[in-house]
Amino acid sequence: MTKLEYLKESPSQTAGPYVHIGCTPNFIGNTGIFKEDLGARMVNEQTRGQRITIKGRVFDGTGTPLKDAMLEIWQADSEGLFNSPSETRGESDPNFTGWGRQPVNLDSGEFCFETVKPGAVPFPDGRPQAPHINFWIVARGINLGLNTRMYFPEEEVANAADPVLGRVEHRVRVSTLIAKQSGDTYTFDIYIQGDNETVFFDI
Amino acid sequence: MRQGSEMSKPTTNAGPFFPRDRNWHPPALSPNYKTSVLRSPQKALLSLGNTISETTGPVFGHNMLGELDHDLVQNYAKPGESAQGERIIVHGHVLDEEAKPVPNALVEVWQANAGGRYRHKKDGYLAPLDPNFGGCGRVITDENGYYAFRTVRPGPYPWPNGVNDWRPSHIHFSLFGSGFAQRLITQMYFEGDPHIPLCPIVRTINDPAAIEMLVAKLDMNHSVPMDARAYRFDIVLRGRRSTMFENRMEGN
Repeated sequence: MTKLEYLKESPSQTAGPYVHIGCTPNFIGNTGIFKEDLGARMVNEQTRGQRITIKGRVFDGTGTPLKDAMLEIWQADSEGLFNSPSETRGESDPNFTGWGRQPVNLDSGEFCFETVKPGAVPFPDGRPQAPHINFWIVARGINLGLNTRMYFPEEEVANAADPVLGRVEHRVRVSTLIAKQSGDTYTFDIYIQGDNETVFFDI
Repeated sequence: MRQGSEMSKPTTNAGPFFPRDRNWHPPALSPNYKTSVLRSPQKALLSLGNTISETTGPVFGHNMLGELDHDLVQNYAKPGESAQGERIIVHGHVLDEEAKPVPNALVEVWQANAGGRYRHKKDGYLAPLDPNFGGCGRVITDENGYYAFRTVRPGPYPWPNGVNDWRPSHIHFSLFGSGFAQRLITQMYFEGDPHIPLCPIVRTINDPAAIEMLVAKLDMNHSVPMDARAYRFDIVLRGRRSTMFENRMEGN
């Protein structure tokens, strides 16, 4: 008899309130260990594509912004290629990391990423996905990191055809995944709980 | 980090990840851990089979590491000094659910000092800081998925949850595999610590076997005589399916 034997994934635990010590030590003034905080810079002078800023806050069930959250984003470059060994379609922009990490401001709760607008990437069946940025949110009180996506409001046609947005049964919730635009700045507020609760994914 | 030639190119397969067992992981809402009450989604998660946006992820080159990044006894200490406390080595393998080693995985750790005090402006615990201990480290697994840190055993500390709640001694771990869907943050505990079964954060996990996975074992074989004891802590990340029989355009 064949027996199925797999290990179980290590279970998650909260990142806790002091996640900065390990992930962004320079941000809280613990300097001299790592030269700079990992993921703090995604672009350099040579990076191709449209520069954008993404800002926002993460709110709890009372509407209070979290002041101890940490966010990571992962996205394609401006041509729709990922800077990853698992990217099999071609070489991504060598001057773009695709990955960013930012803690929220300890007083205001605001996060801010300087990046480029991603190109479209394919869904497994070949249809294009609308340009989007993957978010991963951890904090005190969050037992397992929350996954969501940010889409772009000016991509109305692509968003309407996006296979992932198309799966949101309650159409009124699609807007929770679409940022608000002002020039090259996008605001993406995340509501963990309540009436405007952001759509989170089991990926 | 991995820009241009710094990027490592292991021959990992690029398939979708095994689904997460969310009954094994702690649920979002675990009321005895009070902060989770207002920080847990109330609506169901939307299940999304992996797309290339989830199967890809950053991979870091070994050359991003500083010489002492994996040595918390030394990496914040003044020359000739070292951190106070029980000197330990924490080591193990990062594996996937098929027990295959995960090479080039970035492992980041952070912890309190020997007295349970964190070097963080928001920690007001009266136990003193250790001037020679910062509390953070990082390492990248080798081709066998192996990693090792040197540090001091962190102390337990009180926290404002119940009126007299204390965290067990623990080290926070953050892990990257080869895809963003593998991202994981967890905590390592120490074999035999009587605080483990009392802790509301530990007990956000329902299955005792899952809790057991987070308890590092005393490893006398790898202890360094007259210097440091060792603890063994293996970590498992999500496994990956091959892409051989994925649906293609013509199948839809």
